[in-house]
Amino acid sequence: MDTLQMHLLKEVAELDALPVGAYNIRANGESAARNTTANIDIVTKTDKPGIDIIIKPGTKNESVHIPVVLSQTGLKESVYNDFYIGEDSDVVIIAGCGIHNCGGVDSEHDGIHSFHVGKNAKVKYIEKHYGEGEGRGKRLMNPTTEVFLEEGATMEMEATQISGIDDTLRKTTASLDKDASLVIHEKVLTDGEQSAVSDFSADLNGEGSSCNIVSRTVAKGNSKQHFISVLNGNAACAGHSECDSIIMDNANVLASPQLSASCTDAGLIHEAAIGKIAGEQLMKLMTLGLTEAEAEEQIVNGFLR
Amino acid sequence: MLELKNISFEAEDGKQILKNISLKIDNRFVAVTGPNGGGKSTLAKIIVGIYKPTSGSILLDGKDITDCSITERANMGMSYAFQQPVRFKGLRVRDLLKMASGNNASLDDCCEMLSEVGLCAREYVDRELNDSLSGGEMKRIEIAMVLARKTVINVFDEPEAGIDLWSFQNLIRVFEKMYAETKGSILIISHQERILDIADKIIYLKDGVVEQYGAKNEVLPNLLNGTSGFCPALTNNNK
Repeated sequence: MDTLQMHLLKEVAELDALPVGAYNIRANGESAARNTTANIDIVTKTDKPGIDIIIKPGTKNESVHIPVVLSQTGLKESVYNDFYIGEDSDVVIIAGCGIHNCGGVDSEHDGIHSFHVGKNAKVKYIEKHYGEGEGRGKRLMNPTTEVFLEEGATMEMEATQISGIDDTLRKTTASLDKDASLVIHEKVLTDGEQSAVSDFSADLNGEGSSCNIVSRTVAKGNSKQHFISVLNGNAACAGHSECDSIIMDNANVLASPQLSASCTDAGLIHEAAIGKIAGEQLMKLMTLGLTEAEAEEQIVNGFLR
Repeated sequence: MLELKNISFEAEDGKQILKNISLKIDNRFVAVTGPNGGGKSTLAKIIVGIYKPTSGSILLDGKDITDCSITERANMGMSYAFQQPVRFKGLRVRDLLKMASGNNASLDDCCEMLSEVGLCAREYVDRELNDSLSGGEMKRIEIAMVLARKTVINVFDEPEAGIDLWSFQNLIRVFEKMYAETKGSILIISHQERILDIADKIIYLKDGVVEQYGAKNEVLPNLLNGTSGFCPALTNNNK
């Protein structure tokens, strides 16, 4: 990998060198490095681009890194990564995509990830998107995440897209069996002419299942955001979705939370709030000696932490 | 020294909140008291720059600061503890202490700042200043931020309001210690006799007018005897 790709890798996966544990690094549409462990196997798909990641039952305290970097302008790819996480395992999965586009043609990465999480397994999934480059070509990402949680399985997902992606459609679907739990934290910042759509849908099918979706976003410039969350309570379950947005300049934010219950014991809640930075928050930080611009930066950085 | 010259303030609805107030605050510890709605908080906000007076001027050590922004006044050495501390989603206690003290706010630094107000740094530095903190905790953190700034003019708006679980005596001790150990002036809005009792001077503000301003020994007895609108029955009851 070249210096530019190493830089992108650092932005999306905080990696300076090859990670410990299992990994698959994809650079400009090709596998650049791979490592498997006794418990985690990575197999290249034969029918379409992508990999299968197979984690043995009972695998504990291991991690998988699957970052993607694109520095070749005009490259468009769809990649299918399927995770099979064995029963009772406890793993961390770090994905992410960085695009550097300095050319005049659009670059696009569409990652389609599926997670089949076995009984009582625990997964932490961290995904970070980053774009840069001065070219006129757009940087586009459309991640699709499909989550299947078996009985007692838990997944915590952190998705971050702080800058540089022109257009994104994030689609996340989940189905939860008995006592399964899904927590999603999403952080998005858009600026300029960017547009971001987050579309979540979770089917809470099992008794005792729970889902909590928390989205914090900041929309600046002329950017547009649309947050959609659909929670379907099909059993005695608990569902909560929260969309909290700071709107600045001429941006536009649309929040469409939707709840559907087909069981009297389904407890579903949604909260959505869109507003500018509160004047008293700016004032408080200004009484500590910060300028208005510095105060704004601190508030936004804290909000998206 | 802080000087207010002919300060008036008219609210958006046309109500006259402050009426031609002229004051020199040259003592180390001055308390502002008076009935609710009398203009005390407005006066504090005009001093720190949150409100601009409709007319009149404010001088700090002889320099006219009427047109200075909140930030400029903060950097000249003014601090302000809000009556209702502001909450922030995502910002932690440590972040605010860092901004207030201007240093990196290590755990030891935070410990020094928070222990003054009876909070354990280990327990609080990583807490977000969101709805999970009680009003009393927020209030104490607000006071700690002002202490951390070590500034020349320190304005507190009803610091006693909502202080929970932590004895009132400790709050008094905070101000006594600040008075003894720092060189700054303390301007404190309060309804509490015990706070008024440790001040050098007391300003009694009613209906936007300074009705009394003088040494504590002169003003406080008048207030407690009910000659200035303090209800004697209530005062006696509270004793």
